[in-house]
Amino acid sequence: MARKSVSKAHAKIQELSWEPTFVEKDPKYKTDYTFKEGGQKDPMKQVLQSYFPMQEEKDHRVYGAVDAAIRGNMWRQVQPRWMEWQKLFLSIIPFPEISAARAMPLLTEAVPNPEIHNGLAFQMIDEVRHSTIQMNLKREYMRNYIDPAGFDITEKAFSNNYAGTIGRQFGEGFTTGDALTACNIYLQVVAETAFTNTLFVAMPSEAAANGDYLLPTVFLSVQSDESRHMNNGYGTLLMALANDENKDLIERDLIYSIWNQHAVVDAAIGTIIDYGSKDRRKDRDSYAEMWKRWYYDDYYRSYLVPLEKYGLKVPHDVVEDAWRRISDDFYHHHVAQFFATGWPVNYWRIDPMTDEDFEWFENKYPGWYDKFGKWWEHYSSLSEPNGHNPIAFENTGYVYPHRCWSCMVPCLIREDTIMDYVDGQWRTYCHKWCHWQDTVAYREEYKGRPTPAMGKMTGKREWESLYHGWDLADIQHDLGYVRSDGKTLVPQPHVQFEQDKMWTTDHCKGIEFQSPNVLLNEMSDEEREKHMEEYKQGFTINDTL
Amino acid sequence: MSELAPEGRAFTKGLGRGDRSIPQIMLTDAEAGAAEFAGSDSRSYNYFEPKKRRATKYEDVTLDVQPDPERYLTQSWILGWANGDLGYDPKWTKIQSSDWHAFRDPNEEWEKTIYINNSNSVRQVTNAIENAQSENVFQYWNKSWLPIIAKHVSAWAHADYGIGMYVFLPAQRAAPTNMHNNAIAVNCMHKLRTSQDIMLYNMELMDVFGDEFDGEVHKETWLEDPSWQGVRENVERLMNAKDWAETTFASNIVFEPLVGDLLRSQFVARFAPPHGDSLTPSVISVSQAEFTERDLNYTRDMMTEFLEDETHGEENKQLMEGWLEEWVPYSMQAAKGLEPIWSEPEVQPVSFEDSFEQVKNRFEGILSDLGLRVPEGATR
Ligand SMILES: [Fe+2]
Ligand SMILES: [Fe+2]
Repeated sequence: MARKSVSKAHAKIQELSWEPTFVEKDPKYKTDYTFKEGGQKDPMKQVLQSYFPMQEEKDHRVYGAVDAAIRGNMWRQVQPRWMEWQKLFLSIIPFPEISAARAMPLLTEAVPNPEIHNGLAFQMIDEVRHSTIQMNLKREYMRNYIDPAGFDITEKAFSNNYAGTIGRQFGEGFTTGDALTACNIYLQVVAETAFTNTLFVAMPSEAAANGDYLLPTVFLSVQSDESRHMNNGYGTLLMALANDENKDLIERDLIYSIWNQHAVVDAAIGTIIDYGSKDRRKDRDSYAEMWKRWYYDDYYRSYLVPLEKYGLKVPHDVVEDAWRRISDDFYHHHVAQFFATGWPVNYWRIDPMTDEDFEWFENKYPGWYDKFGKWWEHYSSLSEPNGHNPIAFENTGYVYPHRCWSCMVPCLIREDTIMDYVDGQWRTYCHKWCHWQDTVAYREEYKGRPTPAMGKMTGKREWESLYHGWDLADIQHDLGYVRSDGKTLVPQPHVQFEQDKMWTTDHCKGIEFQSPNVLLNEMSDEEREKHMEEYKQGFTINDTL
Repeated sequence: MSELAPEGRAFTKGLGRGDRSIPQIMLTDAEAGAAEFAGSDSRSYNYFEPKKRRATKYEDVTLDVQPDPERYLTQSWILGWANGDLGYDPKWTKIQSSDWHAFRDPNEEWEKTIYINNSNSVRQVTNAIENAQSENVFQYWNKSWLPIIAKHVSAWAHADYGIGMYVFLPAQRAAPTNMHNNAIAVNCMHKLRTSQDIMLYNMELMDVFGDEFDGEVHKETWLEDPSWQGVRENVERLMNAKDWAETTFASNIVFEPLVGDLLRSQFVARFAPPHGDSLTPSVISVSQAEFTERDLNYTRDMMTEFLEDETHGEENKQLMEGWLEEWVPYSMQAAKGLEPIWSEPEVQPVSFEDSFEQVKNRFEGILSDLGLRVPEGATR
């Protein structure tokens, strides 16, 4: 269909909508925002008659590349270090994608603007596309990469793992709670507009540098759908801004979305890009450099700030706090260290860092070696099973962290930790904004106005409390992170493939696992205060084991 | 490490690429089979039970992507609703199931098939229209038929749109598994695409016939023509209902067979040809085929799964019979309301009674396949 006739066709399909008269419309999904009718236009002007063939054509290219990668034995040149982190990343990402599909009716029910509804319906099926195309990509990895363990249990592992849960809130945030908070601000205005570049552009370039040219083909094809989605979000945001009563809620939702997604996405993607790569050229961008470009300059300065002229209150301090955690406070480096500490309950392998890695980190993040170098040296020396325990249970000086009740990433920048008694229990938070999320944003009123549509933070939010007092080997069996011989672990603290270098549940028997939150709640007030004071002071890694 | 490109410098240095470094390709031999160790041959997703011996690609890319606290989601949903409902709450339908995860879409729709199938449908419609144009068949049309297309064929687009946008789009948020939600999502796109097919066809006819074809009257027909108010009421009530299984049932087991089939295969397919028009039936037949070959199929399998549930089958049956009691009268009223349009065209190849008898028989056949009783007096 020619472009001109597409826009004519798009105008024609606007005749389809009408206002029901036999029923009083009762929206299935609710919002505390208020809207005037009509308003924004759908800027993309698409009709399904041009959309489907266009997407089919994109698919041809993707599946052509899949075939080529298989025929060309791409896996002879992929870096195991990189592929292992894909076991985590590709276990998480299909869920946020499908959640985005599920989220679309939140807005079609809550926002009275049929023209925008049309764009949302396209987005719904795009997201089904993204989710299943990524599941298929992962299936190819499982079939062709040297070590399929971890890919083979992918959706189960995503469901029962602490890291899966961290990623899962990214998707659940799209689908649940106030329709505008979830689908517009959290999904469209922040996740899609701010993070799809790091997720779907930075990730592919790193993949290619690690010998994987399949992921770029799939993810750039996914990314090519995103501009339509950003436009959906922009239109709805402008409609919301047109009504003064919404300003406080928009501000609340921007703080929550910007902070929570920084905490969650930067934890995972920062780690994968900086610690999952073998490409240590000095002129390849670090995650912090990418963040500065894609997020700080492109999203924050060029997209959010200009919206101030429409009355948007941009939470500058929240963006700056996030940037400070990445640029000065080594946020995702702490996360990488934590993931590596937790390797016995992961479902992927984590390769030790080498001298070449150290040099790159020190160059990109001055001061890195002093904070992390020694610990990674210990990690290397403990990576093969030689009669010692996994590193978490050896005396390196590392203190296993408390978990943040809101973002569920641990409280890793120790001095920022906040402890509070909330809803009848002691909780810890990684930062004041995460504390604010639980105690201010996710509540029944905000700035004195009732917020009956706001969602609730639910679930067993501290993963460790599920296994408090368990034997580590029993946990591994319970999680299903054990290979087909019934004892070799799926996760390994290295990427060596000789059977005798691999850890088994036998190496983990007799180690008791504990929940920091359970222990915290068992302490006397005095003990707890003292404990937290020490916790916030951090730890020193021992020179020798 | 490759010796040939030390320090990651490109060979193209001096060839216009300046000093920029490029990542080195290294041979890692990380392909399947390069080493044998525990788990090295575990090359299929192993956390679900495939329906047949081996999992299909559809199953691989669909199952468990939406997790479930009843399966592996040990920390449960971490966001919930203000009223205390879980993020995905099985209470959102009155249907009960002892295994929500048993259902498979018989159409096995996933990314690739969605685009291939819908593109094929688009091509069928556009080819039909293009052929008609190149053969200039329009000159043979009985002009008295044009207002019928403008009003009654085109008014149906609103029904497809309402059901696609405000019944199936919200329903695909609500079911407890990805298998249910994806099947419903595909159904949603069928309806929206068909509604647009009809509108664009309408636009074509405006081009062909100019003033002789009123391209806008469909909306007035939908909103005000007494023949259509029963259809609109049925659609609007579906749009407002909240139980996802109920709305899927009431749309695909009741409304489509009684009303959609009636209009598409009894009215359009039979009345157009005697007016010289074989094009409109071929445009409409695409959506008729999608309904009978795909959407009805998955709905029937989904409902059968509930009806054959070893623990809750009987209760589910009673529930569905209750749904029939509620929805059949609306769809009967909608169907019967259309009766006057059978006497509008110049040529009338079939009576409304005969047409209705046909769809009613088919409807009763669908119910009896499902083992459901037709509500007393409901189809009279
Ligand atoms: Fe997406
Ligand atoms: Fe946090």
